[in-house]
Amino acid sequence: MSDVEVMIAPNVIEYPFRRTTGPVIGAFFTALREGFVVGVRGSDGRVIVPPAEYDPVTAEELTEIVEVGDAGEVVSWAWVAESLDGHPFDRPFAFALVKLDGADTPMLHAVDVAAAEQMRTGMRVAARWRPARPGADDEVAEGVRYREGHIADIECFVPEGDR
Amino acid sequence: MPELVLPDRLRGVEPVRSIRTPARLDYEFTAGRATSRFLRGVAEKRLLGQRCPVCRKVYVPPRGACPTDGVPTEEEVELGHTGTVTTFCVVNVQFYGQAMELPYVSALILLDGSDLPIMHLLQEVSADDVHMGMRVEAVWVPDDEIEPTLESIRYFRPNGEPDAPWDSYKDNV
Repeated sequence: MSDVEVMIAPNVIEYPFRRTTGPVIGAFFTALREGFVVGVRGSDGRVIVPPAEYDPVTAEELTEIVEVGDAGEVVSWAWVAESLDGHPFDRPFAFALVKLDGADTPMLHAVDVAAAEQMRTGMRVAARWRPARPGADDEVAEGVRYREGHIADIECFVPEGDR
Repeated sequence: MPELVLPDRLRGVEPVRSIRTPARLDYEFTAGRATSRFLRGVAEKRLLGQRCPVCRKVYVPPRGACPTDGVPTEEEVELGHTGTVTTFCVVNVQFYGQAMELPYVSALILLDGSDLPIMHLLQEVSADDVHMGMRVEAVWVPDDEIEPTLESIRYFRPNGEPDAPWDSYKDNV
């Protein structure tokens, strides 16, 4: 039986899940769809972005949704030399923790620069937004991804001067 | 739940209640030696099982070893294209990716000469008439469409024989 050539076939398993957000995380995605970013104020006054449902110190429910800026500072980053399926780009880019203006915690997102040499901790970056969904009577452009209430509504961050 | 305090820009807009979170696994399935032999047999319209030298059970599709005795199953056994419905499920619920018209019947079929049922589709029979012990036969795709996959059997259908006695499949339910 050792003379048998073993067969190999491609296999794809796909689950089209949707996840319910609840009101706090829902507010974050609603704001993204509307083209801005919100966090939540914690018991110690810090603004947590993306918002947490429960206070990281006291575990109390958090309720005060706060708007923050859509630009901020790279706190740390990693260069992705070879992008994989599901990554935001099919070219090299950086994943970065970005502390948005007015926020006290950093948020993970992609930074679109051509080379790792253009990345540094402390650099200023700004969100590059996808376009707002056109109204019912407006023309829909072919192949354009509109904002829908998803983290990818921010296509990526770019160096602040490049926006 | 406490009321949220929202910034003005979030008041009066339709809130997002759910987000897309699809999961996708894209990989290669390696059949292994025993199952590769089985699949090549299917491409010749043959159903090949393997017998355990200890418990004498015939497994199909073979995996190359007996899960009970932990020994290689080297004796190859050719099986018939007829079998017995052990258990079955009438599918009435639409789901993502489903290609079949509702209702349809998915059944475990104990091929003659084997000791492990395979799952396949039952057709040419009303869901109401399907029952345990029903005798069925394989309906193959046309010869020029046969490939090394169990989908080369389009479905099973009743072959008109009297029901199999309970004792002949009671160890497989």
